[in-house]
Amino acid sequence: MGATGIIFRREFNAYVRAPIGYIVGAVVLFLDGLLFFGVALGPTAERLSGDILSVFFYFASGMTTIAAVVLSLRLIAEERQTGTQVLLDTSPVRDREIVLGKFLAALAFLSALNAATIYMPLLILVNGKIAIGQIVAGYAGLTLIGGAVLAIGLFGSALSRSQLVAAVVTSVITTMFYLFWELSEAVEYPLSRFLAALAIHQRHFVGFQQGIFHLRDIVYYLSLMWFFLYLATRVMEAKRWE
Amino acid sequence: MVELTKVTRYYGPKRALGPVSFEIGKGDTVGILGLNGVGKTTLLRILACGLRPSSGRVRIDGHDVLQNPHEVRKRVGYLPEVPPVYGDMTVRDYLAFAGRLKGMTAEAVAGRMPVVEESTRITEVRDMPARHLSQGYRQRVGVAQAIIHEPDLLILDEPTHDLDPVQIVEMRAMIRALKDSHTILISSHILPEISQTCDRLLILDDGRIVASGTEAELEDRLFLSRRIRVTVRPGASGVAAARARIAGLAGVKKVKPLGASDGIAEEPGSATFRIEGDSDVRAEVCRALVEAGHDVITLTRAERQLERVFVGLVAGGAN
Repeated sequence: MGATGIIFRREFNAYVRAPIGYIVGAVVLFLDGLLFFGVALGPTAERLSGDILSVFFYFASGMTTIAAVVLSLRLIAEERQTGTQVLLDTSPVRDREIVLGKFLAALAFLSALNAATIYMPLLILVNGKIAIGQIVAGYAGLTLIGGAVLAIGLFGSALSRSQLVAAVVTSVITTMFYLFWELSEAVEYPLSRFLAALAIHQRHFVGFQQGIFHLRDIVYYLSLMWFFLYLATRVMEAKRWE
Repeated sequence: MVELTKVTRYYGPKRALGPVSFEIGKGDTVGILGLNGVGKTTLLRILACGLRPSSGRVRIDGHDVLQNPHEVRKRVGYLPEVPPVYGDMTVRDYLAFAGRLKGMTAEAVAGRMPVVEESTRITEVRDMPARHLSQGYRQRVGVAQAIIHEPDLLILDEPTHDLDPVQIVEMRAMIRALKDSHTILISSHILPEISQTCDRLLILDDGRIVASGTEAELEDRLFLSRRIRVTVRPGASGVAAARARIAGLAGVKKVKPLGASDGIAEEPGSATFRIEGDSDVRAEVCRALVEAGHDVITLTRAERQLERVFVGLVAGGAN
């Protein structure tokens, strides 16, 4: 097992051992369930099963985004706050291995949380008629949007030893990517097209919630992850020798 | 083992360290002594590859810290002032994690673990989450993570920080036991810690090394070994004659009467003098006083007090 694997294991176990993992998990599952029964199933009982599932993934993507922000804050800032970063800094481990190990651990935990909501699509499957592909696409979308927000959060967490600062930076950047869609409608072409292409949810997630895989959406999320993980690595490199 | 050449470190325009140059041989135990804020931690972090020097060259076991930091990190064990312990992990899991980070295989960690637990005396807490450990045990676990990969160089930054007197004694014993197998560099502002565990001292002041050597060499530098104190019960000729007799001896430079203001418990009919000479003149003083009919009650060399050396050096005594 390389350094990435060693760090992945420690970080994943940290989520399982610490209250934060359970708190985030409980809140996400509770709200996902509430939204599913209250809004997705909701008063319009005549809605098609595929539409109900689409609405479920729409709300789940919001919850995944919030969970990703919260889960990412501690990743590096907490190490600096408690002084454990020194162990990583003085070990023969590359910064990209640290960043990747932490990112994959957070993504695995977030995916496990999302996987725990599978009973809701299965309820629709039992009582209605939906394509398995839509479920697969929806969860793939949740993983991708969660990964993108985690990467943004990891970058925010690398910037400061304060988790509050990390929260502010991550929230601002994530909100900006959400608002690009609204902004695109307020400006002229070609800027509108550019901003729309950057919109993290409306442009790139909607396909997944409807069961459609678009290569451009997958590339977009993977690019976002790569970009912010790269930035986080550079920040780590700079701060390691600071 | 350690070579520093004209190393400096600036934080913005402020010089925190340097220029400093020194070498440490394999197997040496060296203490870095200095008041808080003089650059001790900065120096140690540079050696542990946790901080880049602004200029100069640092080589550990032949490897340059800037050109080959990972090779240096494999060879160095570092205990910072606050032990880098994850509270959510058990001691055993934490040490396994630290060992793997340092490049050990899982089998090597498993084999090394009992030795480390034994030498740092943490066996009884190995299955406890680190957040429940006392400060003493946290410090020991910090040492354990620093030696888990059998580093050539062990760097301990204030290893007795926040420990109670019993824990301090235990920590000193642990460090002494580690001297056989490691080159050790210890920083502290607690003088007995340094004097009781180190073979050689570097005294740091304002980011620079103002003196280095063994404790005896440093004392000699401040003439402490050439300073003696004598308490006499003067004969019929009186105190003034006794003082004059001492002052007249070859090699004696200065004779100063001491009193209650110098912390001397005065006895009726006796007098105490501090004598400074070019060499150790205890024998000559004793002989001369007895021959002149004075009784010598006590005759001592100035106490070997590292505190006085330290204060003397950082107060400009080295100049």
